[in-house]
Amino acid sequence: MTALNELTLAEARDGLASKQFSAREIAQAHLDAIEKARALNAYIVATPDRALKMAEVSDAKIAKGEARPLEGLPLGIKDLFATQGVHTTAGSKILEGFEPHYESNVSAQLWRDGAVMLGKLNLDEFAMGSSNETSAYGKTISPWRRQGSETPLVPGGSSGGSAAAVAAHLCLGATATDTGGSIRQPAAFTGTVGIKPTYGRCSRWGIIAYASSLDQAGPIARTVQDCAILLGSMAGHDPRDTTSVDLPVPDFEAAISRGVKGLTIGIPKEYRVEGMPAEIQRLWDQGAAWLKEAGATIKEISLPHTQYALPAYYIVAPAEASSNLARYDGVRYGLRVPGKDIAGMYENTRAAGFGREVKRRIMIGTYVLSAGYYDAYYVRAQKIRTLIKRDFEAAYASGVDAILTPATPSAAFGIGEMASADPVEMYLNDVFTVTVNMAGLPGISVPAGLDAQGLPLGLQLIGRPFDEETLFAAAQTIENAAGRINLPKAWWA
Amino acid sequence: MSVDEKTVRRIAHLARIAVTDEEVGPLQGELNAILAFVEQLGAVDIDGVEPMTSVTPMRMKKRADVVNDGGRARDVVANAPETEDNYFLVPKVVE
Repeated sequence: MTALNELTLAEARDGLASKQFSAREIAQAHLDAIEKARALNAYIVATPDRALKMAEVSDAKIAKGEARPLEGLPLGIKDLFATQGVHTTAGSKILEGFEPHYESNVSAQLWRDGAVMLGKLNLDEFAMGSSNETSAYGKTISPWRRQGSETPLVPGGSSGGSAAAVAAHLCLGATATDTGGSIRQPAAFTGTVGIKPTYGRCSRWGIIAYASSLDQAGPIARTVQDCAILLGSMAGHDPRDTTSVDLPVPDFEAAISRGVKGLTIGIPKEYRVEGMPAEIQRLWDQGAAWLKEAGATIKEISLPHTQYALPAYYIVAPAEASSNLARYDGVRYGLRVPGKDIAGMYENTRAAGFGREVKRRIMIGTYVLSAGYYDAYYVRAQKIRTLIKRDFEAAYASGVDAILTPATPSAAFGIGEMASADPVEMYLNDVFTVTVNMAGLPGISVPAGLDAQGLPLGLQLIGRPFDEETLFAAAQTIENAAGRINLPKAWWA
Repeated sequence: MSVDEKTVRRIAHLARIAVTDEEVGPLQGELNAILAFVEQLGAVDIDGVEPMTSVTPMRMKKRADVVNDGGRARDVVANAPETEDNYFLVPKVVE
């Protein structure tokens, strides 16, 4: 029999419903796996007492025939979601000791549906990064290694802990967030599935803010179906977030079996970037071929402003971050470092509490919003954002139902390999994902194959606003054709 | 555009982040690398284009003008480094 923590979320749901094992047993199997996987540093904190208590409630519900949709399913929570009474850090020293007195909307909905919390997952500090190397709580190590090599690899970021934990069977699924690619890039690096839904689909209430017009929550899991199940519970209208949309949540799980027959899939020529590795191009062609075999029409499209998405992002996101992170001032929560006066206290607190990448982005944001530069940088970037969105609108108006692209320009890299003096090199990781955030669209990353060194590669599908269902249908088609990726054996245990 | 050392110190002060003399040089290099990267946006024709204010067309929702929450002073200050009687304590601001 498969170890309980190696089941898919859907299999575990069935096993619990048919009483093949208890919620307590599957929670314990995960807690044991987490204990043995400390070397990966995927969890900032595990919450075994809470997990077992929640599992007991689930077992009682199942016994009474009152099981809720996610009853007894153990999940990890990215440490950007506020969890009541549990240390919430955003991967930053500045939130040292912060124990929220409230629960984020997304996590509260998971508990409402019976899920079990295993702990808080590591991330890049304030979700700023593509490798999980900027966390104040240490780097997360990917469960993946290159063939015949022991070089530690990054799991991607910022949801690196979420992706590593899912790939290493340390949870059945995890929450994550995506501002420029932070769900889809780590999913691609770890052979897992991750979806960033349409902006407004999930409430941002109780999620520590990075760039509010781009941030969106979504799940990472081992299959397309598992992602669909989780998003169904995470999504929904919340009056406490004014950008949360008041739309019914579709049955995402039902959508996975729709297939792609009759759909038109766009292939944007601008994504064929200079220097793209041949194996990424091959994977992309293969993905298009699979969709075509399944009955879709493949059509080349043009998204002419693609190349400007990343530079525009590096104006908009830092600008919003500089404003959002102004709240960390040593007064209301977390770290305080004294100074000669109140301004000195602010400056010393923020100097000691923020890491290098966060400081860099706050300073860029402060600069582009400062007097005399606002129009030249921020307003121009927001205008370019309008143009990026128009590109997609034109593609969809021409009859395209979804767009297929590579998820990342390469497979996972080694820890420290991107530590060059030029921060832009790291930013290029998000070149295929960031356009989607800029336009507020849904995007899913699904594993599609391995590179020559045995590392997973992912494909991305981009959808119309609020049409995650088509993405699940198309991603399932790719998963069926590619076959489920064999996740790495537990060398760390 | 690029920033000099003086500008780096001014931005740091505006952002309320103390920087040491040793940090200014590397920060200047990193900020200039990012500014050089975004320079290409100058090539885009943005004549007559409206800046984006909302990714999805939606009206700002308004809630009823009623008291629907409150009385949680203790929760609000619970995580503060220094408090007294449900007030935040800060260093002296006005002499």
